[in-house]
Amino acid sequence: MCNAFCHIGCDVKLSLEAKTIENAAGLVLPGVAAFGYAISALGSLAELIKEVALSGKPLLGICVGYQMLFEQSSEYGQHKGLGLIRGNIVPIPAGRRIPHMGWNLVKLPEDMDLFSTLEKEKHFYFAHSFYADITDNQTKIAYTDYGFDLPASVQKTNIYGVQFHPEKSGKAGLKVLQNFAKICTGENN
Amino acid sequence: MLTKRIIPCLDIKDNRVVKGIRFLNLRDAGDPVELGARYSDEGADELVFLDIMATISSRKTIVELVEKVAENVFIPFTVGGGIQTVEQMDAILRSGADKVSINTAAVENPNLLEEAAQRFGSQCIVLAIDARRSRKSPSRWQVCIKAGSEPTNFDVVEWAVKGEELGAGEILLTSMDTDGTKAGYDNKLNKAVNKAVNIPVIASGGAGKPEHLYDAIVDGCADAVLIASITHFGNYTIRQIKKYLGDRGIPVRNYLAH
Repeated sequence: MCNAFCHIGCDVKLSLEAKTIENAAGLVLPGVAAFGYAISALGSLAELIKEVALSGKPLLGICVGYQMLFEQSSEYGQHKGLGLIRGNIVPIPAGRRIPHMGWNLVKLPEDMDLFSTLEKEKHFYFAHSFYADITDNQTKIAYTDYGFDLPASVQKTNIYGVQFHPEKSGKAGLKVLQNFAKICTGENN
Repeated sequence: MLTKRIIPCLDIKDNRVVKGIRFLNLRDAGDPVELGARYSDEGADELVFLDIMATISSRKTIVELVEKVAENVFIPFTVGGGIQTVEQMDAILRSGADKVSINTAAVENPNLLEEAAQRFGSQCIVLAIDARRSRKSPSRWQVCIKAGSEPTNFDVVEWAVKGEELGAGEILLTSMDTDGTKAGYDNKLNKAVNKAVNIPVIASGGAGKPEHLYDAIVDGCADAVLIASITHFGNYTIRQIKKYLGDRGIPVRNYLAH
């Protein structure tokens, strides 16, 4: 993740420190782990991240980091998430290959600034067995087709999330990170 | 709909990419970081790096290599070869790999798959199976371990099913009979495993021309195809392969019709 931000010329720091988190222009919550492991690893930082996000600072959750934005998850037991967006993390319904693994085409709504200057649809790399069943009506959602409309990205004011891995989605993915960096510095306005 | 993935595999020995025939007769194929970045630019969907030495010292070299690859390559990559513990997986994933593949260690200790899946999530855990056609029965395959040198009593299809139950997120299925021969994949094997499991299966071993990839996807029902010799030595480019597949109606990413 840091490599990708460095590659696009961003000043990025991997941090567990409250001060760094409070002073950052924006936060990224990455995640390669099972939900329970990830949320417990966050520990007391969870409250701080919530506070910072609610104060209006841009937050981008990626994969499990995206899933943690929601209320709860049923991956290997019941786990509480950050609860910033209404909805739960549930298994991808049976009847198709699981995990949803590989490159899938995402329809990019024009009003989601995470995708500005990209075409109407782009392939992004997914690798997950659970997905966010979003019940929050204050969100914008980008979908991909996996036999049903699977939410690939969400935005609720300053809180952004992507189920796919932008840092692993080639040029289109790097563009998404660049757009987020611009949102953080206010350049997109 | 997911696209079918084209995955170059880079076998690593002494910090170089090598490629053999039926796991023997290794030939140098270049620098791993350079080759990885080239494949990524050319439109490969994913990369696999296999440490074919699989020793304690080679594992250190691999971790350093993973760091360099991660700085330059922005598509997913899997690292495998001699991984035995969750701690080793952690080191490789922390260095920037997206997935780890486990082979011998999973056969010797199937709980490792379960432990790894619970810690990192199934999507990180690739079960690599080296399969050899049974001499007694042509529709059965035997699991081999230790870089193919040691046959086991495990049946490939049964082991794949068991691996899925234990938490593997993907199966990298290599036919030892076809590996490096450039004569096509073992699609009976691919189909048998694909029909038995619900997780994605990467067909491996035997690609010599684009038709072979088409056959593995259509006849072998593969979700992804691993390639090595066919592109390492410049016979075909990823673009040519994707055009071939795309022209024949296979969904691929970065397909340029013209």
